[in-house]
Amino acid sequence: MNRLGVLIMRLEKRPERSAAMALASPFMALAMTVVTAAAIFALRGNNPFIALYVYFVEPLTALWSVEQLLVKASPLILIGAGLAVAYRANIWNIGAEGQLTAGAILAGAVPVFFTQWQSPLTLAVMIVLGIVGGMLWAAIPALLRNRFNANEILTSLMLVYVVQLMLDYLVRGPWRDPQGFNFPKSVTFADWQLLPYLTPGIHAGVLVSILLALLLGFMVSRTIKGFEITVSGLSPRAARFAGFSEKRTVLFCMMLSGGLAGLAGAFEISSVVGQLQPQISPGYGFAAIIVAFLGRLNPVGVIFAGLLLALSYIGGEAVQTALQIPDKITRVIQGILLFYILACDTLINYRVVFAAPVGGRT
Amino acid sequence: MTEENRVPLLEARNIVKTFGSLRANDDVNLTIMPGEIHAFLGENGAGKSTLVKMIYGALQPTSGQFFWKGRQVMPASPSVARHLGIGMVFQHFSLFDSLTVAENIALAMPGPHDLAALSGRIAQVSASYGLPIVPSAMVGDLSVGERQRIEIIRCLLQEPQLLIMDEPTSVLTPQEADQLFVVLKRLAAEGCSVLYISHRLEEVKALCDTATILRHGKVAANVDPRRETAASLARLMVGADIHAIRPRSDGGKTGTPRLAMKHLSLAGDGAFSVALTDINLIVNAGEIVAIAGVAGNGQGELFDAVSGERLVAPGMLLLDGVALGRTSITGRRKAGAAFVPEERLGHGAVPTLTLSQNMFLSRHAVDPALVSSGLLDNSGALAAADRIIKAFDVRKGKPDPEARALSGGNLQKYVVGRELELKPKLLVINQPTWGVDAGAAASIRQALIDLAQAGSAVLVISQDLDEIFEVADRVAVISRGHLSEARPAQDVSREEIGLLMAGAHEAGSHEQAGSADHAA
Amino acid sequence: MDILLVLLTIIMTAATPLLLAALGEMVTERSGVLNLGVEGMMVMGAVAGFGGAYATGNPWIGVLASIVAGMFMSLLFGFLTLTLLANQVATGLALTLLGLGLSALLGESFVGQPGVKLPSLGGIDPLVPFALFMVFAVGKFLFGTKMGLVIRAVGNSHTSAHALGYNVIGVRYVAVLFGGAMSGLAGGYLSIVYTPQWVENMTAGRGWIALALVVFASWLPFRILAGAYLFGTISILSFVLQAQGSGIPSQFLSSLPYLGTILALVVISGNKALTRRNTPASLGQPFVPDR
Repeated sequence: MNRLGVLIMRLEKRPERSAAMALASPFMALAMTVVTAAAIFALRGNNPFIALYVYFVEPLTALWSVEQLLVKASPLILIGAGLAVAYRANIWNIGAEGQLTAGAILAGAVPVFFTQWQSPLTLAVMIVLGIVGGMLWAAIPALLRNRFNANEILTSLMLVYVVQLMLDYLVRGPWRDPQGFNFPKSVTFADWQLLPYLTPGIHAGVLVSILLALLLGFMVSRTIKGFEITVSGLSPRAARFAGFSEKRTVLFCMMLSGGLAGLAGAFEISSVVGQLQPQISPGYGFAAIIVAFLGRLNPVGVIFAGLLLALSYIGGEAVQTALQIPDKITRVIQGILLFYILACDTLINYRVVFAAPVGGRT
Repeated sequence: MTEENRVPLLEARNIVKTFGSLRANDDVNLTIMPGEIHAFLGENGAGKSTLVKMIYGALQPTSGQFFWKGRQVMPASPSVARHLGIGMVFQHFSLFDSLTVAENIALAMPGPHDLAALSGRIAQVSASYGLPIVPSAMVGDLSVGERQRIEIIRCLLQEPQLLIMDEPTSVLTPQEADQLFVVLKRLAAEGCSVLYISHRLEEVKALCDTATILRHGKVAANVDPRRETAASLARLMVGADIHAIRPRSDGGKTGTPRLAMKHLSLAGDGAFSVALTDINLIVNAGEIVAIAGVAGNGQGELFDAVSGERLVAPGMLLLDGVALGRTSITGRRKAGAAFVPEERLGHGAVPTLTLSQNMFLSRHAVDPALVSSGLLDNSGALAAADRIIKAFDVRKGKPDPEARALSGGNLQKYVVGRELELKPKLLVINQPTWGVDAGAAASIRQALIDLAQAGSAVLVISQDLDEIFEVADRVAVISRGHLSEARPAQDVSREEIGLLMAGAHEAGSHEQAGSADHAA
Repeated sequence: MDILLVLLTIIMTAATPLLLAALGEMVTERSGVLNLGVEGMMVMGAVAGFGGAYATGNPWIGVLASIVAGMFMSLLFGFLTLTLLANQVATGLALTLLGLGLSALLGESFVGQPGVKLPSLGGIDPLVPFALFMVFAVGKFLFGTKMGLVIRAVGNSHTSAHALGYNVIGVRYVAVLFGGAMSGLAGGYLSIVYTPQWVENMTAGRGWIALALVVFASWLPFRILAGAYLFGTISILSFVLQAQGSGIPSQFLSSLPYLGTILALVVISGNKALTRRNTPASLGQPFVPDR
């Protein structure tokens, strides 16, 4: 049998995790991603330096695009912070995109059914319903796992397709705007059906997202609940010894991350999108998986990671308009970034030794 | 003795093996003659396993040479070693639960893949050596003794000239061990050498022709074990007289019943686990009750049921007369109980959390100095961890290390200390000194005795009969989920315990259960 | 009678990509590796298959390209999880995200282009009987050969396999690459045989359904066959009902395969006796040879 796994390099376990590497790893991953992106641009025949500038730097030079960045980062931070908490506990909610949609549907029901209702309470009810929608949609995989041992990765993902089809049905059918020229869209939201704006470009949801991420950061590091979640992920057996119920943790983490995704859905339709339509998110729920890992599964780290991923969306739009590079490049760059983070994270627990493999004499 | 005996079968010369800064084997020499049973003695961590793994090709030495029948060799992998004629029975069996006996053996056999023919050979060897086994049985369903037979047959099928046995009797009843010795002696008589690793000195004296003693990675002595006493061998192993346990000054006075198990039953959880059947036991305040038994007979399940990691009917478990069967582990801790599980890493402590963070694990609900209104007090945890480290002399490399960075003995002292500091009314401890060096073991056993003397009830679950006779006031035996009646330790012999370990008491309810057991 | 035969053919056609991908993933999981990137490997297989056939005009080159693309993706996965010991769940997700993005970028110029269809032999697409053959071949391999036994052993206990001298990492690389080849082929089937064209995201969750099928089949090849045909039936049923104008909203019918997957998972996972014995015990755990 060959020694394919050994190659020339070998990993040696560190006695303890390296704090320095934990901090450095996202930056190393980012640097490698930038280099790879440059190579892709060059392969396509673009000047890599110009393309990199347009993609990663130019969006940060104008006020309007910085505002854009914050607005796009808001759902990524909200969802990413929730996912970070769930992933810490080894609970793999990958259906945040669906929970976002469920939240948007429930929140959007308010303006659809009570088009004329205008009061601060309108927005409050929408937000609460958004959270509830996301929570309920996430509670399904949680209960199926607790009750039937069904894998939450698969069920939460399947529910994404289901709820997206549900939204598609609603906006093409019963919830379609009668005055909408048959477009698959609901009524356009107005006034108290929309979030207030802090500046002309930044809605209140941005601030809420950052505050909630900070709050979750505090929960994770300083409360017994956070300890419970961390231990559940590191060592399920030890968690049971500590008296932490696995089922309770599953339900809590799924509903927390689902509720935040639902909140993001409510924010999106009451700000940027302004109505219900077949697609309300450019894949925020999936990109937030990357955000959670890039943020070291730490809700505070997620704030920075969310901003970076938001930049990748805006940069993608920028290279499309400026250089005619398809914005599909965004998802490639995001995917590569996640790969590099996972690879660099190896260095937290292992050190690489370049040496002849063990037993290499033979 | 014939001419051939002059050439050693295996010779290890100046073997050195380093792991980072640790010298696990430091200039070790070992000579094994054909047909001899050679004991390899040493404490946990002395480097026995390291050398043996190198002989078997699972590790390569940093420097040094091996000679096989006078010819220099270097086993680069276990298959090379097997090809030379070296077979090994590991302490932790290398078996596959979800495969059959024949499939397990096939994995170690060279040549064409023919399970039917192999099953025939297994039956043949099993009959001729008196090692009964069914080739089509699923390994996960077999007892520990039966699993060891698979390992032995797997070696014998390859007609080895050297058989390495790593702590083979630690998982056997005394009677099963005697049967094993018969097989080993017969093998030696047929010319097969045996390298016998153990720390049980009496059996080494009874079985082995010669002994090499390893201490801190170096050869401490080569002796004829038949001419030594157990005490002199122990001194050579440890390098000093073992610290004797201080007996109780009150002569074992006990109080009122504290822990009571009444008709406790628990269904097995998962494909290969043991069900507990009608367990009855009382542990009084001020006494230590030990539960003996061969590994895998329901000890883990019993610990889970008593600790509350798995719940039973309310009245099956009482603490000071209060029914706690459906109370969570946290509730039981609040009622004054404390628990130390068998696995230190990953059960009693989270490997990647620091010692101070691990304080929260068992004390978050019962120690107000650590958690108040849901918030963690990290400085309180650091102070508490520090107290335990001082009280139990926990050796560590840096101020607040991760649990996994500690040696087995030091981590066990920390985990035991964490529970003892709260002065629990009841302590339940599973395998208190498993894989722990002699010094740490002595201090842990002493702490258990002191706790009982101070009036607490202590329930010790252990496979180690020496340990049980050292600490216990009363002894019960668990076998296939049945528990025998607890009897005063001074009134029972090792032989009686051995019979109970093999399931003699299971006949209690049904006559045939016991006989079926003996047949197995 | 004829209509039944036609129906059966359609069901088999719809079930084939699930069957191929699930068989590959089953072998991967039997070795103890959980590769959640089936969707990503499949969609890369689809784009590479279409591109290979489109560029050369030879659909067989497309088939080959799809296999190579799937293997390339699985090699990436293997390097991260087996050599760098990265978390298998996270890496599988990364593989899917990357595959979906990369295929969209690579396939941009293919959108709307006519594809090259693999010629059918006597009315049967050759990959359909091939998938059937693979069920038998994989079954025979896993349960009748030494190498198959080794794969099952590595998946059951990598520490025991290592102690016996088997190269755990090497065996797992082989199993992961086989899974990648089969997933890539499944994707190629979609873009060369099933609907010979390239559409972004054209796998539409089939990779995830294949993953669920492996659990549903409790890691046994013939149950995968049954499961794949069951799902083929469900998806054909929803097509037929939509075409008939049954009055049920089409979105509801389209969601049937996803709901069916959840239901199947619930039914099987709830039954411990059925799953425990065949579940590879070291599934998803990284193997670190001890020093």
